[in-house]
Amino acid sequence: MPVLDFGDALNLALREEMRRDSRVYCIGEDIVLGVPFGVTKGLAEEFGPDRVRNAPISEAAIVGAAMGSAMTGLVPVVDMHFADFVTCAMDEVANQIAKSRYMFGGQIACPLTLRMPYGIGRSAGGHHSNSVEAWFVNIPGLKVCIPSTPADARGLLKSAIRDPDPVLVFEHRALYRVTGEVAEAETLVPLGAADVKRDGSDVTVIATARMVGESLRAAGQLAEEGISVEVVDPRSLVPLDRDTLAASVRRTHRVVIAEEGPMRGSVGGWLAWAITEDSFDELDAPIARVAGPNIPIPFSPPLEAFATPGAEQVAGAVRQVLE
Amino acid sequence: MAPAPGPDQLLQMHAAMVRVRRFEERARELYQAGRIPGFIHLSVGQEGVAVGVCSALRRDDYVLSTHRGHGHLIAKGGSLRGLMAELYGRATGCCKGKGGSMHIADASVGYLGANGVLTAGCVLAPGVGLSIQMRKTDQVVVALFGDGAANRGPFHEGVNLAALWRAPVVFVCENNFWASTTSHEQSTAGGSVAARAAGYGIPGVTVDGNDVLATYAAVEEAVARARQGRGPTLIEARTARLLGHFEGDPQSYRPKAETEAARRGDPVARFSAHLRKARLLDDTQARRVAQAVEAEVQDAVDFAEASPWPEPHAALEDLFVHYPWRD
Repeated sequence: MPVLDFGDALNLALREEMRRDSRVYCIGEDIVLGVPFGVTKGLAEEFGPDRVRNAPISEAAIVGAAMGSAMTGLVPVVDMHFADFVTCAMDEVANQIAKSRYMFGGQIACPLTLRMPYGIGRSAGGHHSNSVEAWFVNIPGLKVCIPSTPADARGLLKSAIRDPDPVLVFEHRALYRVTGEVAEAETLVPLGAADVKRDGSDVTVIATARMVGESLRAAGQLAEEGISVEVVDPRSLVPLDRDTLAASVRRTHRVVIAEEGPMRGSVGGWLAWAITEDSFDELDAPIARVAGPNIPIPFSPPLEAFATPGAEQVAGAVRQVLE
Repeated sequence: MAPAPGPDQLLQMHAAMVRVRRFEERARELYQAGRIPGFIHLSVGQEGVAVGVCSALRRDDYVLSTHRGHGHLIAKGGSLRGLMAELYGRATGCCKGKGGSMHIADASVGYLGANGVLTAGCVLAPGVGLSIQMRKTDQVVVALFGDGAANRGPFHEGVNLAALWRAPVVFVCENNFWASTTSHEQSTAGGSVAARAAGYGIPGVTVDGNDVLATYAAVEEAVARARQGRGPTLIEARTARLLGHFEGDPQSYRPKAETEAARRGDPVARFSAHLRKARLLDDTQARRVAQAVEAEVQDAVDFAEASPWPEPHAALEDLFVHYPWRD
């Protein structure tokens, strides 16, 4: 199987979908050159500037225009540049895109994809580092997915583009150059299908995006201590595959939830509730959580490292639920 | 320039203005009688803009509307029944009772939604225009917004993007000189919305919005330009609100003389007088129009009154096209 990095897998997905459906187009800042992450690199050469549209630095207009075009027959893929900047288009996302179909009684659909490059790393500082997926999980009307591998990135982005509803795809910046096997054949990953990334019997670690890799590293270390960790990646948060999470809990009876965003008001808190509701009788210990501290992401490397949860914290939480 | 509207179209425009006026007046009475929940923002006094704009459009052209949008929907040809039932919150409303006055939509006539957020349509418009360009049709989209909305950032982003793309968009600022309780003077630097067009290199036109024919002519020209691929126009149609910002607004902030002047400029009376002078309308015809409109509006009220409330559980429907999962 070919090996691609996460960014190239996303590029492949865009290319495949744009070839398949002439209504699909990309819009965003600096996407012709694919600056800064290279995901859209080379697309303009194949599809031309009409379908790979460099836009001015006008987040509200970029996202709003994508919506207007989606309501009237196109299938836009918006590159948010940095997910942090979605605040400048928050009305468009939260009030318009999420609500229009509902408020209009189902008359007008809004099939668009928002690609959200996000996450901590490389001292990008407080305006370029945040994990903001929890904001959108809290907005009814949006679907949210969050891949952790190149294959999942390709498959989820393709599903997002084909989905008749608005979908946000969270792409962790630190994963763009991570490599993995990607099938030669066109492969879709459905929204709402979790994936068990490592089988285990003692503890279930539910992790998203960068924290999947960190959890797998932790699982490797813990295996040497005789602890068997199962790592489950929900892959999509809305819709959420609660059945796969519950099945894992029935095998292990102990749960750690690992995410990068701040602890408070988070995705992990909501997942913990879902597991409690579905599987309370199966749990042998309180659910433990690994998440970022409740601070903006700081700049200086040691400060940033402090704010970055990793394998060590996951391993600590696993030991804690086994006590 | 397109030919001036002929007698038939003039009479249709007159009937449309009367229809909007009567609908709004009935909505007001029904709101006061407690039949309509929530808040409504009436467009009494602004019929010249609604009808002037929509008369220059085809059925397959698009309109992005505002919180004060009943008149736009009616003038675009939307169903009175669907609109009134929506104001009532009934299952038969155009949005099944999920939207209400501020979030009405009727896709069948290209009305892509009223909006509770000011200026929202100004950023949707370039995208609708892009869709028209990429689908290679000769449709146009009109984004309506108020003078207050022209002071939000997305207005500038939307006009800039539409101008860059030469998108088939007509921006129509319905300037009624009041942003809720704040006057145009207190909120709009430079005093002119149309003048802002110059910064984006597109035509900016100021028109008397209470003159339905002048408004029609300005929009017709902008629409022709847009259909020819020559890009957007920004029109500022100056009008007046004859009622409050929302129904029930005591308007204590508004000088009496200004309200009285607005009443004297009533666009419906003005257009009727124009047609009478041109001998296109007489008492008998005017009565016939009034009666026909009365019957249409009454039919809409009867329809709404007889319509069922939505089933409470229907609140869970229409969020997604496809969502088979539980949360």
